[in-house]
Amino acid sequence: MENSEKKKPKLKMAVYWGAACGGCCVSVLDVHEKLFDITELADLVFWPIALDVKYDDVRAMPNGYIDVTLFNGAIRNSENQYMAMLLREKSKILVAYGSCAHLGGIPGLANFTNRDGIFERVYDTSESTVNPEKTRPQLKTQVPEGELHLPYFFDDVLALDQVVCVDYYVPGCPPQTERLVEVFMAIATGATLPSKKTVLGAWDKTQCDECIRTKTDKKTIKEFRRPYEIEDDGETCFLEQGVICMGPATRGGCGYRCIKGNAPCKGCYGPSPDISDPGAKMISSIGTMIDSNDPVEISEIVDQVADPAGTFYRFSLPGSIIRRKIL
Amino acid sequence: MEFQPTIISFLCNWCSYTGADLAGTSRMKYAPNIRIIRIMCSGRVDPTFVLKSFREGADGVLICGCHPGDCHYHEGNYKCLRRFKLLHKYIQQMGIHKDRLRLEWISASEGRQFADLVDNMTERLMELGPSPIKEIMEIA
Ligand code: FES
Repeated sequence: MENSEKKKPKLKMAVYWGAACGGCCVSVLDVHEKLFDITELADLVFWPIALDVKYDDVRAMPNGYIDVTLFNGAIRNSENQYMAMLLREKSKILVAYGSCAHLGGIPGLANFTNRDGIFERVYDTSESTVNPEKTRPQLKTQVPEGELHLPYFFDDVLALDQVVCVDYYVPGCPPQTERLVEVFMAIATGATLPSKKTVLGAWDKTQCDECIRTKTDKKTIKEFRRPYEIEDDGETCFLEQGVICMGPATRGGCGYRCIKGNAPCKGCYGPSPDISDPGAKMISSIGTMIDSNDPVEISEIVDQVADPAGTFYRFSLPGSIIRRKIL
Repeated sequence: MEFQPTIISFLCNWCSYTGADLAGTSRMKYAPNIRIIRIMCSGRVDPTFVLKSFREGADGVLICGCHPGDCHYHEGNYKCLRRFKLLHKYIQQMGIHKDRLRLEWISASEGRQFADLVDNMTERLMELGPSPIKEIMEIA
């Protein structure tokens, strides 16, 4: 037994981040003591948040050297893009890990503007900035020690599969750690994997399908309200209380983390397989619920949805049908 | 050559499609820019249809249903109206001109109104020019 285990080569695993907040890498750390089970089966060959491995070390690896790469974060600059392509080449299985790699995530909201708009805000108009010379980041800077380089910042934020071929998706902001362990164990133990391009670690059903809150069949909305404007009883469906909840358009599998915390679903797990666009689905479901047939009153009710685009596509703008604002 | 817009149109089977048919059988002349898709009820128009039409190059999208109170399925056109208002708000946030998407009621006897509506929308889209959406959505 011991001998045969020794003979089995350990998996080589990498975790990398593109345009991300770091939360996905931390969610990997959240496996806690299970990390020992993982390191028993796998060697982490590249993981900048925890290991000091350089670009050159990755470049030196033969193609297909890494068994599994968990790539988190969206693609919004030339470094993200380069690393996505490099890791694609070096990995047998490339997983888009987390909402940003899956559909663009929170950084994807930058698709409401573009590079110039973002630079102007960040380097000129933000309240804490004083920049009369209108200094902007330079791609090259000469310092006594040599030339320094910065990546080129794109106009568009892209999901990982808009740049390279992706084998699997593990959604979530961040993905629920238990799901990661399940997926990892499946890969490590050589269980037969589902067909390529599938979403792992989430259900095909929507949040609403198995939501723990009580729902009636007669869902009607006379007034949309922000969560702070209601006195939540902790039990009734948020939509029935007039609060927008992304449940109808979102995959289950997250363990109802938000709902259990008495907050409506924000949609980080992305749309379920039969939904091609989360916003279209939300417009469709909410439209059905609006309790009025009078055009004027309908307009008034619709006006209470302050920011449909930002609400319905909070985690998925780059991956949706209209993937950016027309400027 | 003058720009000719393409309008994707969803007409409900019971009133609006019959209205469009009347315009045809009465030999009314109207702009040839419309591509009609017959659906059972305006309540069947999934917002995805509209977004996909734009994404794939439509310059305008026109939804037509029975007049309020006349829907063959009682409430379909009201549902459509509510979705339309929300969708209209959303597309404007995305920088799509509001006149590129319209919802109108056309009854089975309103062939003339239908022909005028198509002419009118075509004219407006000619003013707005070609829709940039398809090109912008492409990933270089
Ligand atoms: S049947 Fe015409 S709108 Fe419903």
